[in-house]
Amino acid sequence: MERRSKHTLKSPSQLVSDWASDLSAFKVVWGKAMMWIFLLSDTFIFGSFIASYASARLAASATNSWPSPKEVFALRIGQTEVPLLLIAIMTVVLISSSGTMAIAVYHAYAKRKVQTAVFMVITALLGLTFVSMQAFEWTHLIVDLGFRPWANPMGAPQFGSSFFMLTGFHGLHVTIGVIYLTAVAVRVLKGIYDRGSYVGVEICGLYWHFVDLVWVFIFAFFYLF
Amino acid sequence: MEYAETTTGATKGEQHQPIRVYLVVWGLLFVLSAMSYFLDYFDVHPDWLRHFLITAFALIKAALIVGFFMHMRFERLGLILAILLPPLLLLALVAILLPEGNYVAGVRELFLGR
Repeated sequence: MERRSKHTLKSPSQLVSDWASDLSAFKVVWGKAMMWIFLLSDTFIFGSFIASYASARLAASATNSWPSPKEVFALRIGQTEVPLLLIAIMTVVLISSSGTMAIAVYHAYAKRKVQTAVFMVITALLGLTFVSMQAFEWTHLIVDLGFRPWANPMGAPQFGSSFFMLTGFHGLHVTIGVIYLTAVAVRVLKGIYDRGSYVGVEICGLYWHFVDLVWVFIFAFFYLF
Repeated sequence: MEYAETTTGATKGEQHQPIRVYLVVWGLLFVLSAMSYFLDYFDVHPDWLRHFLITAFALIKAALIVGFFMHMRFERLGLILAILLPPLLLLALVAILLPEGNYVAGVRELFLGR
């Protein structure tokens, strides 16, 4: 008797039934809770990147060698150099995409299939525009200005590693987001969500808004500081 | 699996956010971004004031996105606390790394000269 209960307490089937039983702490759809928890873990990743960047930049202050983002990211229009012009445009594009995503979710609540899909596709296109501009910026920095993750001609080598790490990881998120948005938009059009609920669109929206949220901090702390 | 939706008031509540709210928040995000950009463009002095305002605007933007776009203000307290409290641990990381950066700066100053 004793041995048997001890055995069943440690059996894999017991473990599975314990973890899969209908217990829920968060009274929301499962997928939504899981997306929030994923985003929480992502917050820690980006938070660590930004904190390590801050540390590297502070350390470079001794030799005053941190390249000025204003000069690095300036864009020449005719005769005048406009600082951070491309970054400002990228910010506008990403905020716009966040707005169109919010409207897509708004339509999703009302189960308006076509409007939801249209605004999701617009969001994906804006995301694609953002990634393209980032690719342009990277090319400019690498090819024209000679920036590398380990060195650059304008000062502290940590600038490159911080920059490529932060914007690269963020760009990866945007790229994945574009694919994710497209996939969900297709599911909307196929009518898959009409059978159940449109919460899948809302979950996708959470991810996309998070990407915008991360950019808010990269824009503030990397480019503007 | 729609089991949770009928039991929660949260999913229902979100539908009552009119489209005007989204547009106003959207506009605010633009304004705050533009203000941050111009703080840098005109190189507002002193530095600490510029840095303070840029950080403040970023935090306001973050709050707007999380609260209105991600609908966090309609969620239950259980979810809100589970998601918003843990990131505060990052402050501990910052509290460790900033003095570390300062220390490295000091060492460099000592051994590499100015």
